[in-house]
Amino acid sequence: MEDQALIGPAGGALLPVLARRAEPVVIPLLALLVGFAAFSLFLLTQGKSPVQFFQLVWTGGFGSAFSWQNTLSRAAPLLFAALCVALPARLGLVVIGGEGAIVLGGVAAGALGVALIGAPAVVALPVMATGAMLVGAVWIGLAGGLRHYRGVNETISSLLLAYIAIALMNHLVEGPLRDPTSLNKPSTATLPPELRVGTIPGFEVHWGLAVGVVCCVLAWVLIDRTTWGFAARIAGGNVRAAQVQGLPVGRLILGFCALAGAFAGLAGMFEVTAVLGSANGSLVAGYGYTGILIAFLARHNPLVIIPVAILLAGFQASSGLIQRRMDLPDATVLVLQGFVFIAILMSEALYGRLKPFVPEKWSR
Amino acid sequence: MEGDLGLWSILIAIIGGAIRVSTPFLFVSLGELLTERSGRINLGLEGTLVFGAMAGYAVAYLSGSAWLGVGAAALAGALFGVLHGVICSIPRVNDIAIGIALMLFGMGIAFYFGKPYVQPVAPDLPSIPFGWWSDVPQVQAALQVNVLFLVGLALAVVVAWMLRSARVGLVLRVVGDSTDAARAMGLRPAPIRVMATAAGGALAGIGGAYLSLYYPGSWNEGISSGQGLMAVALVIFARWNPIACIWAALLFGGAGALGPALQSVGVTEGYYLFYAAPYVLTLGLLIATSSPTRAMAGAPGELSITK
Repeated sequence: MEDQALIGPAGGALLPVLARRAEPVVIPLLALLVGFAAFSLFLLTQGKSPVQFFQLVWTGGFGSAFSWQNTLSRAAPLLFAALCVALPARLGLVVIGGEGAIVLGGVAAGALGVALIGAPAVVALPVMATGAMLVGAVWIGLAGGLRHYRGVNETISSLLLAYIAIALMNHLVEGPLRDPTSLNKPSTATLPPELRVGTIPGFEVHWGLAVGVVCCVLAWVLIDRTTWGFAARIAGGNVRAAQVQGLPVGRLILGFCALAGAFAGLAGMFEVTAVLGSANGSLVAGYGYTGILIAFLARHNPLVIIPVAILLAGFQASSGLIQRRMDLPDATVLVLQGFVFIAILMSEALYGRLKPFVPEKWSR
Repeated sequence: MEGDLGLWSILIAIIGGAIRVSTPFLFVSLGELLTERSGRINLGLEGTLVFGAMAGYAVAYLSGSAWLGVGAAALAGALFGVLHGVICSIPRVNDIAIGIALMLFGMGIAFYFGKPYVQPVAPDLPSIPFGWWSDVPQVQAALQVNVLFLVGLALAVVVAWMLRSARVGLVLRVVGDSTDAARAMGLRPAPIRVMATAAGGALAGIGGAYLSLYYPGSWNEGISSGQGLMAVALVIFARWNPIACIWAALLFGGAGALGPALQSVGVTEGYYLFYAAPYVLTLGLLIATSSPTRAMAGAPGELSITK
């Protein structure tokens, strides 16, 4: 009798629909908890208190206005880096070289900024952003193109391209683009104040966060609400079927990879114009790799990337506090990310297996 | 560019460098080859390599024996391999994604435990001076061949023989070429793949120990520059043939030695670009040897990257 009351207006039962909807939410959350639990056991073997660890994460990442500011500033590049993984993933591609597009995007923005000193910011900043996006688009688009036209595995090629990008960056900031006054840390010339991206009024967080959130929403619209996104999902499910349907698989792969790279390039641009002030080795900060984890945790859903990126940014923001208070090395957060990553991938096996989420199994 | 040797000195430095730099490539690629021949790909060997470098260095420092360090690195690598193999045996878990996760996990945990070992100095692995016949110091330096390089050469021959003639090699090939055929023969593919991945991990660990215990010969967080990942491409280039792995590893080693060799004769222009040579070479070889239409010759049938 109780089931009768839960029949929805469309004639379908509400409860089964809810159960199906809950599955992709509950399973990643479970995996997150399992990852945290495994990490807690690891901390216990090290004689450290997991309770203290998570308390410090709360204090350092989310406990005060200042820590939120720190967390949100760190979330900005992660949003773009995760989009760089999530968009190609819709086509079934595993692109892990976002780091390269971030680094080169930063160099492009830094170099264009130096060339445009004296130009009004309303002209210079869009030119810098466009340059960074173009460079990033070419870099990841190359991995996509090689995949489609030459059959080169995109996972390996994108990571190789990331190493090449870092070498190029080193070459450029130590050679042709080097500011002679940067002695200890070779950098491009420092950008003048008018070419620095400021903070969102009232937030003390730079504009990269707002742009990142907007990009996530746009990417969601593209994937979930347009025919291109629909075509990409079909191609990601079955390339042959997509080709038989006459879908332009090659152009979809190139377009999605280029867009993914453009987002990563923007991350580099905001790092240079809002945080670093010039392009240098600090661009190689591992955002691309954290972005992979975020995209997988969010199941490549651009809207879900936003909270997941903020969560992981909070861990990174609290890293300094954890090092000081608990005497743990800075790699602790990397270990935590590793545990969570393994747990989330293992949780793939649970889909369709947990009875509460599979209405077909209820009666049995 | 002083000295009588001139361009010869660059060549000698590249040959010597190729032998030195190729050893980790050789071990990791043989490890990856064993794994891939069983039908799985382990992209996590980069993390295994870094963890092996750390574990090998730490144990060598604490025990005073470089060889104990190599053993510890192999054991640690095998554990990573087992982890990868077991997780991939769960249905619907993607071996490429797990490889990426284990790459990040291995590096994170190596940096975590490796912090106290950045400063101390561990004993080096021994090398044999094959350059005794020459009076030229550059030739002598180039022909200082590490014992592990010779072990790697022998290992490649043994693996080639095993895959061709030994029962264990045939079992590995059947499992790698067709899960169904292996089942029909009464083999259980999953445990065999776990063992192959563990053996592969152990070899990658040894490759890492070579990095920290011989060349460059110290432990720090930048010890590996993608050798573990390039090994995956190297195996494809070597067409899953252990003997071809030797030549491929020497080629990659030579490319990696280009930058230091040019620097040693005073060429500093474009120094960082030469450091990108191995990656460019890897990418170029991948482009040249891949095809969008046909499967790669020699590829194990169950391998996900070539399907």
